[in-house]
Amino acid sequence: MPAVLIEGIHKRFGSLEVLKGVSLSVDPGQVVAIIGRSGSGKSTLLRCINGLETFHAGKIEVAGHMMTQDPTKLRALRKDVGIVFQSYNLFPHLTVGQNIMLSPRITKNVPQAEALALAKEVLAQVGLSEKFDSYPDNLSGGQQQRVAIARSLAMQPKVMLFDEVTSALDPELTGEVLLVMEKLAKGGMTMLLVTHEMNFARTVADTTVFMHQGLIWESGPSKELFANPQTPELANFVKAGAH
Amino acid sequence: MLFQDVFSKWPMILHGVWLTIALSFVAIALGLVLATAMTALRSLAGSWAGYVVDAYVELMRNTPFLVQLFMIFFGLPQIGIRLNGLEASMLAMTLNLAAYATEIIRAGVDSIHKSQIEAGLALAMTKWQVLKHVVLQPAFARVWPALSSQFVLMMLASSICSFVSVQELSGTAAIIEQDTFRSFETYIVVTVLYLVLALSFKLFLNWLGRKLFPQVSGLARLTEAHGEAA
Amino acid sequence: MQTFGWPEALFILRSAGWTLALTAIAFFIGSILGGAFAIMRLSRVRWLRRFAAGYILVIQSIPVLMVLFMSYYGLSALGIELPPFLAASASLSIYVSAYLAEIWRGSIESVPRQQWEASASLAHTTAQTYRHVILPQAIRISLPPTVGFLVQLVKNTSIVQVVGFVDLMRAGMLVNNATYQAFQIFTLVGAIYFAICFPLSRLSRHLEKVMNASRSH
Repeated sequence: MPAVLIEGIHKRFGSLEVLKGVSLSVDPGQVVAIIGRSGSGKSTLLRCINGLETFHAGKIEVAGHMMTQDPTKLRALRKDVGIVFQSYNLFPHLTVGQNIMLSPRITKNVPQAEALALAKEVLAQVGLSEKFDSYPDNLSGGQQQRVAIARSLAMQPKVMLFDEVTSALDPELTGEVLLVMEKLAKGGMTMLLVTHEMNFARTVADTTVFMHQGLIWESGPSKELFANPQTPELANFVKAGAH
Repeated sequence: MLFQDVFSKWPMILHGVWLTIALSFVAIALGLVLATAMTALRSLAGSWAGYVVDAYVELMRNTPFLVQLFMIFFGLPQIGIRLNGLEASMLAMTLNLAAYATEIIRAGVDSIHKSQIEAGLALAMTKWQVLKHVVLQPAFARVWPALSSQFVLMMLASSICSFVSVQELSGTAAIIEQDTFRSFETYIVVTVLYLVLALSFKLFLNWLGRKLFPQVSGLARLTEAHGEAA
Repeated sequence: MQTFGWPEALFILRSAGWTLALTAIAFFIGSILGGAFAIMRLSRVRWLRRFAAGYILVIQSIPVLMVLFMSYYGLSALGIELPPFLAASASLSIYVSAYLAEIWRGSIESVPRQQWEASASLAHTTAQTYRHVILPQAIRISLPPTVGFLVQLVKNTSIVQVVGFVDLMRAGMLVNNATYQAFQIFTLVGAIYFAICFPLSRLSRHLEKVMNASRSH
């Protein structure tokens, strides 16, 4: 039973078709990296998986939920799918601890004491226990991103989505975030990550998917894919580095 | 309800509309000139001029227009300057608008990044050319929406000139109301006329902005990026 | 003809108290109404949105003087004669509601879209998103312009005499009619308005600086 099942997704922005029939299957515990140029549709695809983007053909099933626009069902789906954004999107008016505790408390009615313990636990997991009472403003980008990961983890998701989570960070800060993601992967979390970090994709992701012009151009075991690109587009992409 | 009584006075109403437009036009034209002068004075003349302009702006923005109008109409005669209602209104509206416009233009000028000025000078432009093409024109383009809003507000504020017996639209309404005793009908008609005037004026100003500053969006994006980079 | 002495000055000062009372009431009622219209303006129900938008557009496109007259004579036509203080309060509340609705709608809309996305992604309902994520931020954003608008309100109370209320401005005019010392009188009147408005203007600017500082990350 795949954790994520994507079949024949088509998506249009106005008259522009950005996803032209994408299919992908992800097993529980699998780590999938999605790479490609800007405009290849990779972020759009990722955002379809938790319903932030809609599609007009195809179907998506994730963590046992069928993708729908029905608000109640969508919320149930989102409790099992976590997402981390490029711009962290922490709630600036809440402390780190409050950011993490908010959702479990109001969507799952977790009592305060339990939520507190849960928050402290996930915060320790990302290595930021001492920042529990700090405000996001006072944290570096790397720290904010780790808090964002903790916030998603507090919901105990079955699948985690990462949308270019290191692209907005200064180079020296990406390491700490990638470390957390690697730990998560080793712990058996099902992860889909859109990334420009080629090395990370090659070493941590089981499978890498290369997208080009709204289609999955190539996909396969990461090390193999990077070592032997089958198409000129991927070969050029790998040669050019990221972007 | 009889609107006929009110409609029969249409020549007066038309005159009232005309006077509202004329008053606004004069205040805006003169007010802008004064505001530009004060902005220039503030940046060229050193800090004492800045304080004077700031004091003037704060005074005008933190007191009601009616007080300013009455000061000019009733207070000036005490020191020998006697203006009639219309003259006092034009002066008061001009001075009031100039204060707001100065503040708005100043914000626009401040938003022009220093690097733009340096670029202009590096391209061998004279100081005056830089002022005109690199500072003032983009500044005006950027604050045109805020300025337009202020112009419309000023036009609506002209209604207060009825307090010194000027027969712009509100003053005309008062007279018609006294003549016909049809208060509700009179004020509905006048309110609708103000609505039409304000909306038309806004549309006109939007059109004018596009004509005068066709390059707005691109320029704004360019200078914004520069601001962030610093 | 009287001279402009202490009794007259005290009369003016007392009327300033009425101006403040009027401002407070109009702001309070206008806030409640304004909040309602802001919500309507953002509603998914099209006719609610349009109604609120129309209301706001009309009030913002006519002089405050007309808002005063229309509410006063409008109520008259319906047979309701309000005493001056209530008439002034009601009219000004309507004026306030339209402007605050617009300010608050703008504040809600300027909360970054990503905050909506992050909240939705955490399985929050729309109501939960508003309550826990959007409104706390929107309120902060709305403080500088709301305080700035308060200044406009104080200044606009100066025309409520047209519905028979004796406010600070009217008091000054009455004293002027008796003493003909316009310069001194309106200097005093102006100074009192300034004393009320200037600190509020400064507060608004200060709040704006604080807001910009905390946003610069």
